[in-house]
Amino acid sequence: MEHIPILRLGEFLLVGIQVDLHDRLALRLQDELAQQVVERHARGVLIDISALDIVDSFVGRVLGNIAALTQALGAQSVVVGMQPAVAMTMVELGLSLRNVRTALTVEKGMALLRATVDPGRAGPGHGCAAR
Amino acid sequence: MVVPRGERQMSRPDGPAPRPEARVLRSETLALRTVDDLVALRYAVRGGSIEQGFSLLDQTKMVTATSELGRNALVYGGGGSAQLDLLVDLAQHASRKGLRVVVRDQGPGIADVEQALTPGFSTGTGLGLGLGGAKRLVDLFEIQTAPGRGTRVTITMWTHDHAAAPTPAR
Repeated sequence: MEHIPILRLGEFLLVGIQVDLHDRLALRLQDELAQQVVERHARGVLIDISALDIVDSFVGRVLGNIAALTQALGAQSVVVGMQPAVAMTMVELGLSLRNVRTALTVEKGMALLRATVDPGRAGPGHGCAAR
Repeated sequence: MVVPRGERQMSRPDGPAPRPEARVLRSETLALRTVDDLVALRYAVRGGSIEQGFSLLDQTKMVTATSELGRNALVYGGGGSAQLDLLVDLAQHASRKGLRVVVRDQGPGIADVEQALTPGFSTGTGLGLGLGGAKRLVDLFEIQTAPGRGTRVTITMWTHDHAAAPTPAR
């Protein structure tokens, strides 16, 4: 059965979506992430969607759900790596991902997570924690 | 959620775009019964879009629009079928190619099409972007539906001049 692996790095969970995210799989990822945030006491979740070739309204909704769920469970989430054509199409479709925090790359996403989860240790960044 | 009337763009102001003299190069019909069929449909539309020389952005728009319509047919129409037509435009530029996707279902149909195309409108669990969003992504959008008679949505995308294809100047 298809499965999206969830990796653990310190207090963060990392997910790289490498397969075509069909609806059932997206919902399963949403559930598993919520469970793992609780079980592993994760404080942040990073989702790499650089391999996704579309974000339609369903996937957009799942990304929004994941952001809301992790927030409700006391963790932060960030979506990274969206392709430019995917972003342009998504916006034209009418999706804004308003409540989803995003970053361009995995590195920037990790920096954002660290700054949000632990603003004191992140150094004198420019307003990252304020987002 | 209802959006103020003024913000809506109901249909093309000049009616349907003049239909080019399109010849169908190849046609393929796929069943649409499960979410796996939806994945297969997206692959097929991606393949057709690449074959027709669409830019990456236009490929993405066409696949995304198809995904919205296919999901509508699954969720609201109880499944159906999708037909892909690879087109060539004989009337205009010899190099212009197109892709047409016809998504059909035998579901309850849509009573108020204008409302269904309104941004934010949804009767189900989605975000209400499906139909109106798909319409914004493609060159031509046609819908035929009536209560109890199912729904047929046809979307068409043509190669655009900014794409890699040679321009008709020669």
